[in-house]
Amino acid sequence: MALDDTKKTREFKVVGTRPDRPDGIDKVTGRARFGADMVAPGMLTGRILRSPHAHARIVRIDASKAEALSGVKAVVTRADFGEVPEGVADVLDNCMAGEKALYDGHVVAAVAASSPAVARKALKLIEVEYEVLPHVTDVDEAIKPDAPVLHEGRQQETVPEGMSGNVIARSEFGHGDIEAGLAQADRVVERTYRTAATHQGYIEPHACLATMGPDGKADLWVCTQGHYMVRNTCAAILGMEQGQLRVTASEIGGGFGGKTVVFLEPVALMLAKKSGRPVKMVMSRSEVLRATGPTSSTSIDVKIGMTKDGKITAGFAELRYQGGAYPGSPVDMGAMSGFAPYDLENVKTVGWDVVTNRPKAAAYRAPGAPMAAFAIESAIDEAAKGFGLDPLDVRLMNGADEGTKASYGPTYPAIGLKATLEAAKSHPHWSAPLGENQGRGVACGFWFNFGGDTCVSLNITPDGTVTVSEGNPDIGGSRASMTMMAAEELGIPYDQVRTIIADTGSLGQNEVTDGSRVTFAVGLATIKAAEAAKKEMCRRAAMIWGIDEEAVEWEDGAARPAGPNAGKFPPMTLKEIAAIASNTGGPIAGHYEVNAEGAGVSFATHMVDVELDRDTGSTKILRYTVFQDAGKAVHPSYVEGQFQGGAVQGIGWALNEEYIYGEDGILQNAGFLDYRIPVASDLPMIDTVILEIPNPGHPYGVRGVGETSIVPPLAAIANAVSEAAGVRMTQLPMSPPRVLSAMQSKAEG
Amino acid sequence: MSQLHVTTRINGDETEFLCEAEDTLLDVLRDRLGLTGTKEGCGTGDCGACSVAVDGRLVCSCLMLGAEAEGRDIATIEGMATGDQLHPLQQKFIEMAALQCGICTPGILVAAQSLLERNPDPSEEEVRYWLAGNLCRCTGYDKIIRAVMETAADMRRAS
Amino acid sequence: MRYEAPTRLEEAVSLLAGQDGAHVLAGGTDLLVKLRSEMIEPEMVVDIKRIEGMRDIAAEEGGWRIGAAVSGAEMGEHAGLVADWPGVVEAAGLIGSTQVQGRATLAGNLCNASPAADSVPAMVAARARVRIAGPNGMRDMDVIDVPQGPGKTALERGEFIASVWLPARGERSSDAYLRFIPRTEMDIAVVGCGILLSLDEGDRVTTARVSLGAVGPKVMLVDDAAQAITGRVLDEAALSDLAEACSQAATPIDDKRGTIDFRKHVAGVLARRVAVIAAKRAKGETV
Repeated sequence: MALDDTKKTREFKVVGTRPDRPDGIDKVTGRARFGADMVAPGMLTGRILRSPHAHARIVRIDASKAEALSGVKAVVTRADFGEVPEGVADVLDNCMAGEKALYDGHVVAAVAASSPAVARKALKLIEVEYEVLPHVTDVDEAIKPDAPVLHEGRQQETVPEGMSGNVIARSEFGHGDIEAGLAQADRVVERTYRTAATHQGYIEPHACLATMGPDGKADLWVCTQGHYMVRNTCAAILGMEQGQLRVTASEIGGGFGGKTVVFLEPVALMLAKKSGRPVKMVMSRSEVLRATGPTSSTSIDVKIGMTKDGKITAGFAELRYQGGAYPGSPVDMGAMSGFAPYDLENVKTVGWDVVTNRPKAAAYRAPGAPMAAFAIESAIDEAAKGFGLDPLDVRLMNGADEGTKASYGPTYPAIGLKATLEAAKSHPHWSAPLGENQGRGVACGFWFNFGGDTCVSLNITPDGTVTVSEGNPDIGGSRASMTMMAAEELGIPYDQVRTIIADTGSLGQNEVTDGSRVTFAVGLATIKAAEAAKKEMCRRAAMIWGIDEEAVEWEDGAARPAGPNAGKFPPMTLKEIAAIASNTGGPIAGHYEVNAEGAGVSFATHMVDVELDRDTGSTKILRYTVFQDAGKAVHPSYVEGQFQGGAVQGIGWALNEEYIYGEDGILQNAGFLDYRIPVASDLPMIDTVILEIPNPGHPYGVRGVGETSIVPPLAAIANAVSEAAGVRMTQLPMSPPRVLSAMQSKAEG
Repeated sequence: MSQLHVTTRINGDETEFLCEAEDTLLDVLRDRLGLTGTKEGCGTGDCGACSVAVDGRLVCSCLMLGAEAEGRDIATIEGMATGDQLHPLQQKFIEMAALQCGICTPGILVAAQSLLERNPDPSEEEVRYWLAGNLCRCTGYDKIIRAVMETAADMRRAS
Repeated sequence: MRYEAPTRLEEAVSLLAGQDGAHVLAGGTDLLVKLRSEMIEPEMVVDIKRIEGMRDIAAEEGGWRIGAAVSGAEMGEHAGLVADWPGVVEAAGLIGSTQVQGRATLAGNLCNASPAADSVPAMVAARARVRIAGPNGMRDMDVIDVPQGPGKTALERGEFIASVWLPARGERSSDAYLRFIPRTEMDIAVVGCGILLSLDEGDRVTTARVSLGAVGPKVMLVDDAAQAITGRVLDEAALSDLAEACSQAATPIDDKRGTIDFRKHVAGVLARRVAVIAAKRAKGETV
């Protein structure tokens, strides 16, 4: 889709302003209804029994004592589920273990009971006989030929023979000749980097409320990033028709990718089916950490060749991502995205998808990309500093631009990487002096951004206000953005539009809220739906005026004759047209259904100052600035919020967050006490600079902004800490013991 | 199991409820009284989403038994606005985009109100440390801290 | 589970003595976490907050008697206590969040018997004593004798701590406490250090008590560290000896919160920093 010149210079009236969010009052007063806030008459409490072993064969489950307990209305095990389509087989196995428990916290049974106390008691009465098997949780250990193997027969043909069965797939991206490129280099940086698994850390635990009647009709209330996905997945697992399952999305208390899959929902539906009663399930925090989507832990080898004036002659990375107990780690996206900011002649990445005895990895904000960026941006930094070159200059020299062939294949249209680098270079932060024990780091990041299946229905009410129905849970203010885009397109005030998230019975298929797709794709559909409504309103005006439809245009919220030749009629406002709609053909609406393409990639550059406590290895973040291309910032405050939130998640990942498994394969820090996400006192303000390089694929130039902001921080902070510490940090998190030990090793030579 | 009968005051209203001895105040608020504005994020006092004030003192309602509420005065998010008049903190949080998903927001508002009652002119550092027990994963805290400080400034000007 | 909230001490003792699996509830910030995670399944909890005196801070023999249900926040708001025992108050003030401060108590922190309890090294350095109520009446005990290992205390069946007494501080004396945590708040101490110092007019240390937390199965009083600085001005050499003595004395474990080497090293780092703060306070400076 090309953007014509009139739109490039378009003056927005609503887009780009900062109105109050429509969900604001509900959220500040406690009225907003999240996953756990719903009740139903006769509701039961559902609870889950989880494996205490990292890897074990489930020999026998005897639930008879639990079933006999007063107040227990249903017990569910894998035996209650039939054969399911291959596409959801792993999903079901993750929701309810089959032959084996594959990680600490894997579901083995569930109960529905009249009260939480009875449900707790019932879980203790379920007898499970396990045959404990050897386990493996580390990615490099899992690859070894003698490692305990999780699955037989899952290895793909891309994997060479002789490798552990835990290595599921190999992928490769790039172009040019790495060896030739390295031969041209004046210096080659070659290192291995490691990152720990981290969790999305949304504050709202997973929750749902399911009902199902004997006629097979079911309803589900759930906190999710995609209720259409929930419907489709649950219907497949339970052998239902999709149309018989209506899913309503609650307000969602954070997701960051972790709520793009199902965990409780099929189990809750099965409990509801067996008990004939509504069943509510809410996870505890420890369940969230033990058994829902962390991201991969990784081990990455990088080789960068650079000439002494800063030209990157070759970039190579081999990435090993463990994705937990089932195939499908985000290694491909890591392998595709790591070198995406650069225009390279010779570039190659190889990705290995590895399974281990950990919970299955779920998407986490730009899944796979932050780890690859950590490794590659660290190596580029080291190479640049080795020649005494300015790390921003080196990135500008090698940076991708319009027309660059990306490392993962496509050729870029207009992109904003260099704009973010130039903004960084001219920002006062870059030239501010640093004190003792302080270091400054920069890094770039890239994210693809997605489009996908999208439906929007826009309705004009008889009094001339507007309702917009969309199918994507609002996770970062998207109802405000849709409202703004509808108001902009219709030429009416923001407060004349209300946007809701419709249930699965009300719209066609919608892709989940992921890939930073909503403001782009749902925005696009909203604008198109508004265009359809405008077209219909122009037709009605033409009918009343008795002129040609083509002779009517829409401007400033009203239909007008398109020129002096069209006739002299006073404009008809949206309200006036709406008021007589019944007499001119009936209600007026616009809708749009699309598999949206042209999402427009997004780039960011982050800059951070740190101070080290040399005696303890502790890192303090002193100053942080995000420079990112938003295409067009629909609501700048919410764009800033995305930049800030992503940066701070990255800070946590860089410094403190990690999944810690014991020798026994049991997660040791399944709580917010020891899974240490950043707290308010850890941080400075996070400054933001929004760049706007319009996305040619969106009528207003919008690009997704949600995910890119978590890609650069790991490397930016590592580069800053390495500078302050005088030693290159190659492993995350850069916890105080690790930094102290690196400095001590360096001092000892 | 015989239930306990508790008489207390919630958001100014005399309230009676029955609860199990094990029930936390959070369980009682949410599941017995329908006051679901108070959220459970962890159940271990590490996230602050369940913050309420008890006799004017900020606490995690997940770390207090419902039975302990006997004779106390409890303030939750549902009592923060006066009729349709939002508290200045509530208004400022909306205006300054200090919330995204909103799950931590009730706890943060209750905690921030408790801070401003004690310290009408807090420094940025004081706000950050006071709110360190209120986890937010969406915002990076920036806009929250700014909104609390702006509200404090507005309230000082108004008084 | 039964919930009881007696108003008299004797009643609490008799409830606790008469029931297996009875637990004391003061601030509840540890008890409720254990209850929730099903680490404990008490038959009864005895809420002591309604017993007279449990929420009082009272002057006694030049020092302060702090009721078992006094919260960290209440301690921090008590000017007299803050002036006399800033280290103990700041240690109590480090336990958990503002919300936890509204409930958590010294007595609870002690009875939870975590090796990493923040207030305990500070109380040990301060020569704090506890008053224990029990079936045989009251008895007093030094704080250091209360923890017997992770999760274990010297309290007998039916006994509970009714109050903590901090003695008179003494002239040119003061205390301080610091801990190391990975974040700035909300973590359990990786290492904690409390020091009480008295200085003579020439700023020489006349007496010292140095206590470490989270580097052994229970809080430790490090006599070698105290001796390393006694009779000396706190110059670089003295501080270095203090640090070395603390690092030597520490017998930590590797766990999810820190390594042996890190903890031993940081024990020394903290001791230095704490001694400097305590000495400044002893000289009357505000720190």
